Amino acid sequence: MNLVVMRLTIRALLGRRRSIMLFGIAGLLLAVAGLVRWGTDASITSSAATMQNFGLGTLVPVMCLLIGTGVIASEIEDGSIVYLLAKPIPRRTIAFSKLVVALGTSLVFTVAAMVAGVAIAGDQDWQLALALGTATALASIAYTAVFFAIAIVSKSPIIVGLIYALLWEGVLAGYIPGVKDVSIRQWALAPAERLLSSHPTWNVTSDLGLTPALILLGITTVAAVFVAVQRLKTLPIKVSE
Amino acid sequence: MSTVELNAVSRWFGNVVAVNDVTMSIGPGVTGLLGPNGAGKTTLLSMMSGFLLPSAGTVTLDGIPVWSNPELYRRIGLVPEAEAMFDAMTGWDFVHANAELHLLPDPSAATRAALDAVDMMDSRDREIGKFSKGMKQRIKMATALVHDPEVLLLDEPFNGMDPRQRMHLLALLQRLGADGRTVLFSSHILEEVEDIAGTIEVVVAGRQAASGDFRSIRRLMTERPHQYMITSANDRALAAAIIADGSADAVRLTPAGLEVQASDFGRFVEALPRIAQSTAISLFEVTPADESLESVFAYLVSR
Repeated sequence: MNLVVMRLTIRALLGRRRSIMLFGIAGLLLAVAGLVRWGTDASITSSAATMQNFGLGTLVPVMCLLIGTGVIASEIEDGSIVYLLAKPIPRRTIAFSKLVVALGTSLVFTVAAMVAGVAIAGDQDWQLALALGTATALASIAYTAVFFAIAIVSKSPIIVGLIYALLWEGVLAGYIPGVKDVSIRQWALAPAERLLSSHPTWNVTSDLGLTPALILLGITTVAAVFVAVQRLKTLPIKVSE
Repeated sequence: MSTVELNAVSRWFGNVVAVNDVTMSIGPGVTGLLGPNGAGKTTLLSMMSGFLLPSAGTVTLDGIPVWSNPELYRRIGLVPEAEAMFDAMTGWDFVHANAELHLLPDPSAATRAALDAVDMMDSRDREIGKFSKGMKQRIKMATALVHDPEVLLLDEPFNGMDPRQRMHLLALLQRLGADGRTVLFSSHILEEVEDIAGTIEVVVAGRQAASGDFRSIRRLMTERPHQYMITSANDRALAAAIIADGSADAVRLTPAGLEVQASDFGRFVEALPRIAQSTAISLFEVTPADESLESVFAYLVSR
């Protein structure tokens, strides 16, 4: 880990425009949570459904996309990453430093937004907030690692990431049985289902059991980090326009 | 004293060969890497700075391969052509961060020295994004100098500089070269190279076209046959007079005018007005037909 790389990454990541977008997305989730509370009289079933589908299914991956790609994609695109790479620091260290910043930022933004959203929409003794907060934290880690890898591997990471986040995770994984088994969102919901086992009517469910879900999350995250680091090690960098 | 060696280096991207079997050795002093746009200069510099793996051949610094060897960046300073930096930072913060990334013991002193060298201390607290192109170029230069490298690689460093900035950078590069550093800069403009580079390497279409002392290569360039396109009141009579005068090697009569080839550039330029006057033929237009850099380089390659 290199503190200077991390510092530079935080500065670039939380530039004005991206901060506004992140706060805007978090605000959107809270606004929807408020509407749900107002419209359904704080029904926990509605709160759980909205926060799973709109929150965990859509906004969490989008926030992780912005952050996971934001720490590195534009620097690769415009070539300014040479100022980090032309230094006596192994590329592995640079990749890990950027990834840690991305993971930290994602966790703070997504978990805070989710817990606050559940609290607004409707909860009972923070049980739903704890369950969905846990699911969000796990999903955040895996999503951010995957988007970080996409940012290094793909030439148009935002488009690839958006298609994956919205189409695969947002739509297909919500409805199509086969796709559900290979979805970060479904895996992350497994521990939430376990935490809420005494409230089956809240309908927080995953298609997978807890153990396989956690194993798959772990494998996906580690694989994404491995791919990202390996690719950055041999990434050809353009030093011209 | 460091030497960058390229040994039978080729690099291709898919079906496109960007660099084709280049062998060169760049030692202390200032070397110009000259070639038209798209000749492979940037690809060569990318390989020398360890950002691109050669498809064939080896690139070494004092015998150590530069690819995948970040420790070597302690000795290499790189000025990329791309303009993007961390634009939201001030000049000082950015150069200082570079000094820290080089793990220098006193990054502040190094930053001050580097900014002084490029004459940017006065603008150090302004954001990089608000700098002019020439000032950005100097900040890039400062980031490359901050760790006092033995080898300095610059990609088109004079782009976007005004004459005063250019003079300043020329002097700086000359000083660094005289100090015994290995300075290599690329350019597609002959005159830029002329003033400072003792040695030049000419690349055209990915191949090494000429290498060595600047003056002898310059002579090769100026002594090549020059082509002119001339229109006059009486092309046929003028053609006869030019041939009779002996200052040109060949004259071709075409519907568009006279195509003249002269191997002695100076003599022909002097002779033409005299011939026109003595034969009383009005010249309408005299155009050098092949003064583009590409044709100069193409001539060198064909030799």
